[in-house]
Amino acid sequence: MKPSDMMIKLGLGSLLMAAVLGLGACSDEKPPSQAPIPSNAPVPRLYSVTVTNLTANQPLSPMAVIAHSADMSLFRVTEPASVALEKLAEGGDTTGLVALFGVSHLARGIEAIPPGMSDTVSLSIPTPLVAGLSVATMLVNTNDAFATVNGYDLRSLALGDEVDLYALAYDAGTEANSEARGTMPGPADNGEGFNAARDDVNRVHIHPGVISADDGLGDSVLSASHRFNNPVAKIKIHRSR
Amino acid sequence: MKLNHQRYPHSRYLHPKYWHLSYPLALAGLLCAPVDAAQLEIDVINLTHGNHFTPLLLVAHMDGHLFQAGEMATLALQKMAEGGDISDLASDATANGNITVENPAAGLLAPGAKVTGIMLDSQAMTRLSVVAMILPTNDAFIGLDAWSIPTEAGTYTLDLNGYDAGTEANDEIINGAGMPGVPGIPAAPGGDGGVNGSGMQDNSSNDRVHIHPGVLGDTDALGGPSDLDSRIHRWQNPVARVVVQVK
Repeated sequence: MKPSDMMIKLGLGSLLMAAVLGLGACSDEKPPSQAPIPSNAPVPRLYSVTVTNLTANQPLSPMAVIAHSADMSLFRVTEPASVALEKLAEGGDTTGLVALFGVSHLARGIEAIPPGMSDTVSLSIPTPLVAGLSVATMLVNTNDAFATVNGYDLRSLALGDEVDLYALAYDAGTEANSEARGTMPGPADNGEGFNAARDDVNRVHIHPGVISADDGLGDSVLSASHRFNNPVAKIKIHRSR
Repeated sequence: MKLNHQRYPHSRYLHPKYWHLSYPLALAGLLCAPVDAAQLEIDVINLTHGNHFTPLLLVAHMDGHLFQAGEMATLALQKMAEGGDISDLASDATANGNITVENPAAGLLAPGAKVTGIMLDSQAMTRLSVVAMILPTNDAFIGLDAWSIPTEAGTYTLDLNGYDAGTEANDEIINGAGMPGVPGIPAAPGGDGGVNGSGMQDNSSNDRVHIHPGVLGDTDALGGPSDLDSRIHRWQNPVARVVVQVK
């Protein structure tokens, strides 16, 4: 297993959820007594997720892929971002996502994805837990832009199938898009990542794009090539088992 | 399974919320359920950072269009795109036997706001169109053009782009003008517009409906070329999300 295939499985929460879902979904089987997966359950399903960076000059932070319940949502437009999402959108920090309610698995990329390049992670998900899948990654030369596919329904993907999705850039709404020196973690600035202050509209929305100094924002350390347009990433999901 | 049957009445499996509990059952239920495509419940969400939408117009129709990319705007569309006035579009639609929902948000739909639960009985109509002006702009609007209403019950999410009616130069000057053919922008409803802009030069030669290039704005509220604020009024597509439940 490559390092980038590293998968983090939750402990107790996953056990409980597996138990509940096992009851709900496996009609012919005895309820599991202790293990998260009954010994006679089918082998877990295996998915690979490939993110291709479609931007001109916005590296993407190491991707986060979460498997989650059908009714869990990483965010809802018009509503404030969770702190876990804020950390991802402002600093590329994916660690908080695993604790979000309804998340059963988190797979993380190891390295940033340069413009034009791709990275792949794999997830093995017990069949009863297969439901929603979300992908998120920061556009690092921004204050708080992230590319995402939010809540793809994995159950629609048959064995051997794959699907190409195109990710929009959202604005977490947690940090003003000042583009100012010291405020962005990417190589254009090498500035700050996460900051607990919320000095923007405090609701998730479609990112209006960066302005850059070349387009009249005097304090911006960004230039024309840092601008982006949707879609900003291609996300391929493949089910191989 | 027996346990779950006791805990959850069977009908609740049909709600998407419970699909994760019993997906095969829910799917079977959906496939067997009688489909009445006429009943629509619609949400419209403003996805922008800092733009308002003027009163929305939703029309269920058969053939025809409220607008079409690559075609000239009608005068009725121009009135909507330049001044937010949907009355001509609505009365034309009604006269053609179409079904309209006018101004379901009861006024402006602010950035980040949504209007939910718009009920539309489309009857025999097979297409859905939605428009509203984007403010502050010269002639930008959100548009859904003759979407084919699915016959299968379910929830459908549509992302809408911002269109340029092609009827007015994008000078980005806020001067109160909303009548068709009169240059300028009616208002910046967020109270975040500037004054004394010298006017953007719009050299576009496309006088047909097209994808809006977006506004530029500037950071000088008291001058500069634009009365718009580049930090507030820019957008990227999509600008609106329409969620349609076909019941």
